[in-house]
Amino acid sequence: MRIVIAGYGMAAARLAERLGGHDVTVVGEEPRPAYNRLLLAKVLTGTLTADDVALTGGGTARLGVAVSDVDPRARRVTLADGTGLPYDVLVLATGARPWTPPVENLDARVLRTLDDHLALAAEVRPGTEIAVLGGGVLGLETALALASMRARVTVVQPAGRLLERVLDDTASAVLERQCRHHGVSVLAGATAVRHEPGEGLKLDDGTFLPAAIVIAATGVRPRTELAERAGLAVDGGVIVDDGLRTSDPRVYAIGDCVRGAPGLVAHAWRQADVLAERLTGGERRDVPEPPVTRLRASGVDLTAFGRLDPDALRFSDPAGGRYGALSIVDGRVGGAVLLGLPDAAAHLADLHATGAPAPADRLALLFGRALPAGAAPAGGLVCRCAGVTRAFLVDAWRAGAPDPAAATRAGTGCGDCRDRIADLIARLEGESA
Amino acid sequence: MGVPTHCPYCALQCGMSLEPGPAVAARSFPVNEGALCRKGWSATALLDHPERLRTPTVDGRASTWDEALDAVAARLLAIRAEHGPDAVAVFGGGGLTNEKAYLLGKFARVALGTAQIDYNGRFCMSSAAAAGLRAFGVDRGLPFPVTDLAAADAVMLVGANVAETMPPLVRHLRRARDRGGLITVDPRDSATAELAALRLRPRPGTDLALALGMLHIAVAEGHADKSYLDARTTGFAEVWRVAAGWWPERAEAVTGVAAADLRAAVEILAGAERAYLLTGRGTEQHATGVDQVTGWINLALSLGLPGREGSGYGCLTGQGNGQGGREHGQKADQLPGYRSITDPAARAHVAGVWGVPAESLPGPGRSAFELLDALGEPGGPRALIVFGSNPAVSAPDSARIHRRLSALDLLVVADLVPSETARLAHVVLPVPQWAEEDGTMTNLEGRVLLRRRAYPAPPGTMGDLRILRELAVRLGQPAERFPDEPEEVFAELRRASAGGLADYSGVTYERLRAGEALHWPCPDAAHPGTPRLFLDGFAHPGGRARMRPAEHTGPAEALTPDRPLWLTTGRVLAQYQSGAQTRRVPELATEMRVEVHPDTAARAGLADGDLARVVSARGAFTARVHCTTGIRADTLFAPFHFPGEQRANLATHPALDPVSRMPEFKVAAVRLERP
Ligand SMILES: Cc1cc2nc3c(=O)[nH]c(=O)nc-3n(C[C@H](O)[C@H](O)[C@H](O)COP(=O)(O)OP(=O)(O)OC[C@H]3O[C@@H](n4cnc5c(N)ncnc54)[C@H](O)[C@@H]3O)c2cc1C
Repeated sequence: MRIVIAGYGMAAARLAERLGGHDVTVVGEEPRPAYNRLLLAKVLTGTLTADDVALTGGGTARLGVAVSDVDPRARRVTLADGTGLPYDVLVLATGARPWTPPVENLDARVLRTLDDHLALAAEVRPGTEIAVLGGGVLGLETALALASMRARVTVVQPAGRLLERVLDDTASAVLERQCRHHGVSVLAGATAVRHEPGEGLKLDDGTFLPAAIVIAATGVRPRTELAERAGLAVDGGVIVDDGLRTSDPRVYAIGDCVRGAPGLVAHAWRQADVLAERLTGGERRDVPEPPVTRLRASGVDLTAFGRLDPDALRFSDPAGGRYGALSIVDGRVGGAVLLGLPDAAAHLADLHATGAPAPADRLALLFGRALPAGAAPAGGLVCRCAGVTRAFLVDAWRAGAPDPAAATRAGTGCGDCRDRIADLIARLEGESA
Repeated sequence: MGVPTHCPYCALQCGMSLEPGPAVAARSFPVNEGALCRKGWSATALLDHPERLRTPTVDGRASTWDEALDAVAARLLAIRAEHGPDAVAVFGGGGLTNEKAYLLGKFARVALGTAQIDYNGRFCMSSAAAAGLRAFGVDRGLPFPVTDLAAADAVMLVGANVAETMPPLVRHLRRARDRGGLITVDPRDSATAELAALRLRPRPGTDLALALGMLHIAVAEGHADKSYLDARTTGFAEVWRVAAGWWPERAEAVTGVAAADLRAAVEILAGAERAYLLTGRGTEQHATGVDQVTGWINLALSLGLPGREGSGYGCLTGQGNGQGGREHGQKADQLPGYRSITDPAARAHVAGVWGVPAESLPGPGRSAFELLDALGEPGGPRALIVFGSNPAVSAPDSARIHRRLSALDLLVVADLVPSETARLAHVVLPVPQWAEEDGTMTNLEGRVLLRRRAYPAPPGTMGDLRILRELAVRLGQPAERFPDEPEEVFAELRRASAGGLADYSGVTYERLRAGEALHWPCPDAAHPGTPRLFLDGFAHPGGRARMRPAEHTGPAEALTPDRPLWLTTGRVLAQYQSGAQTRRVPELATEMRVEVHPDTAARAGLADGDLARVVSARGAFTARVHCTTGIRADTLFAPFHFPGEQRANLATHPALDPVSRMPEFKVAAVRLERP
């Protein structure tokens, strides 16, 4: 079975790795093997190199050449260099491409590929004025990364607040404050109307935002041109069934090019795993998991998933940079927004993903570790090593043991309870004095 | 004046003094500074215990020693004549002295001519041993003295509950604790976790994802020690290729540990001037145990810890002689001196010491679980001789192992009390215990210790070494080939180990009696021993540590609606291993209980103090519910010390690690129900 994968991004790399030992050819338009896009912000800031972010992959790779056409009847793809490749199974893993907003004269950079990031990194200097269009996850992560390089960054967010699709007003306000704290200016409710390259942006309120560099982080659209050329059913993204099959039974699609993809790697990799199993005789079906929005940047920790209902438990600490909201529906976690509460976020996301019943104590759930730790050692144990309880020590003392600790061997193991015992005896002596 | 010796229990081998009485007294010794836990203080209670075995039995009837030994030899010869030498198997223990472990291996290979010998250390240390050997070229639990920990600013304990399993060790963690540098990795808030500044509570079976996530952070946040990696290791690039796929949020989703906590842990370790990463059974006893330990070693190497004075990676050996027990040839694939049984040079050397042709030595045999699982099966052993182990309680999938032990034509058990395995035996041989004989032990830091006889052995018992000699002679061996004086056996062990990884040739009883602190390797009588390994280089040719990639795959079985909880097993302070000794000491009385989150208990209709059943696909055990909020709601914890219906191992999973053959003791899918 000859398997051809069009596109060599994160989904394709995972699939090719899982299909190790099969006849797989991966055709990638980018000049290098697949790499991990999640680490590109680290390449931008220089903590990681281009080599550091490479993914494992597999199969035979044809790099730097796009698949330009598909002939489903002949079961053959044509590459941009004119060569052809026959297939038994074709997998579309063409990903998504950044969408740029209709701003007059816009000449913005986008950040999808490693080269995009390397090129930007080469130009940023301390003090460089940069405008980022879009206050979503990618826009904010990029802005925070640039701010950590001491660039002067402004986020232009047409919606009235940051991450408007997942956050309410209060949460957005807390997040905005956090961003400012880390050196990112935010212009919410502002829309760019014209770009003067090298100079800046004219905004809809008539003001001018100086910017040497403008970055568009205004969302992505599935890359469907190849699917369309092959005559496959497409509606915003490639349409697949729960076996990841397109309208042609020999062609599959996975990852960001699929209709309704959330643009998350967890989703792309799950589909790669499912397809690898199916192509090797398995029956597994693709069951979408609830997407989780994560904002990852040093000092800002945001997690959001599910839906908040009007009964949601809420808590907000703007000065402390923390916000928490939690909905419990039928005893399970229905949704949450957690800012600056990483411990609770990990636990709640886990409960949400597994569908496990929510603990009875909801406040503790939301606060995570912030609440004081649980009860004292079990059974009034003072010394675990010797198995001595408080009552036992008190009795020994009352029975006249001059040194109840020695009499009971308390404190002769790990030695951790010495201070507690000294306190207890001092107190007993105080009481009897 | 008391007799200076060491505790009979765990690998810390605390120094103690035995006084007339009999009684235990404190003795100053570096690892325990005079301290002992409850087990140590009460150790003499077993000396004159009413259940102490004092007469051999054959088929349930008391016999003389000659009758018992004659019967064993005759039956062994008959089985061997009919089914061949591999029809007789031997099972040893990590609590046996070096001398016993050595002679047992020699007895198996020379007197029985069988390849079928393994020991319970397979259930204990094998994953860490295999991973350590691969990475560093030598496997010594702690390649530095325990007391070095006292100067550490940060210590991360992975799957190690030292506050219960070796309490005096906690004394050496004070400085790290005071500096907020103690980090624990455990699905529950163990007694040790309660001391920690940072507790990571991963979902059971996800430790490798945790280690990969931490390694990812170390590199991505610039904490990796690049010059150390360049100068002292190989293989980092391949390791990073795997770890690159474990960005913190992905590790969080898999492990349930907050990405922020992973970062904090890395920062604590990387920021400390002196830091240690130590693993225990929690991360090792998995069907992926070697990979998990490899993941932790990779993390330690990335941070530049091993082979530096004041920092390092180590594994906390469990059983009393868990270290020595794995070096002297009672392991299926090894010969004395930590030599490989498939290495022709090693075979020639050892055969030379034993005075037999190298070709006569059998090859590698089955590993512990596979050995037990083959008993009485077609092609499997028909006779088993057990020293220092109680597999009826300690092996995984206990009901199955019980059936296999019961299917034997001959089961011979040497023990001091009627253990659960002894109760199944055709022949029971009563032996002395630790305070009644001399012998050496090698503690968790590779230091060779002399345990001394303080009291006479009870009449009716016979020393293990003597039993082996008597049996060997009855099987046709010359008596002088099987000495039964510990010091004489040790002298031979020294020669057999000479030139091996674990070289004891410079260690003598004389030097030990004089109080010398000798850590192996100690290749000659003038050598001071090696308290710290790897300072000048690792033990591989070229001196570099070898990193190898290990990818997280998860537990052998998945949760199902019918079995929605993870069971993990372990030890409690007052008990030791299968409990055959400690359950008989009144001061240590403990009840079998299962730790449950209150919400989980309530959902099963159970309350604190109720009796419950824990059911897996293998079987079920009963335990009293102990509710605690200090455990993940998806996890149950049960100790494995208890017999009968309370055997936690009735539920554990026998999937084995492909390299170490370690069973998956630490994670099984179960449900909790009312009995
Ligand atoms: C900067 C950045 C940060 C991100 N951070 C996160 C995050 O934190 N969490 C998260 O879950 N997700 C994140 N994502 C999203 C994640 O990277 C994507 O969901 C994932 O890469 C999707 O994989 P894919 O293979 O479908 O698409 P891609 O990885 O985009 O790969 C598609 C590849 O196909 C190639 N291609 C397209 N058409 C053709 C053709 N005709 N012929 C040959 N090759 C073709 C493209 O050039 C591209 O290399 C981030 C993305 C970016 C850009």
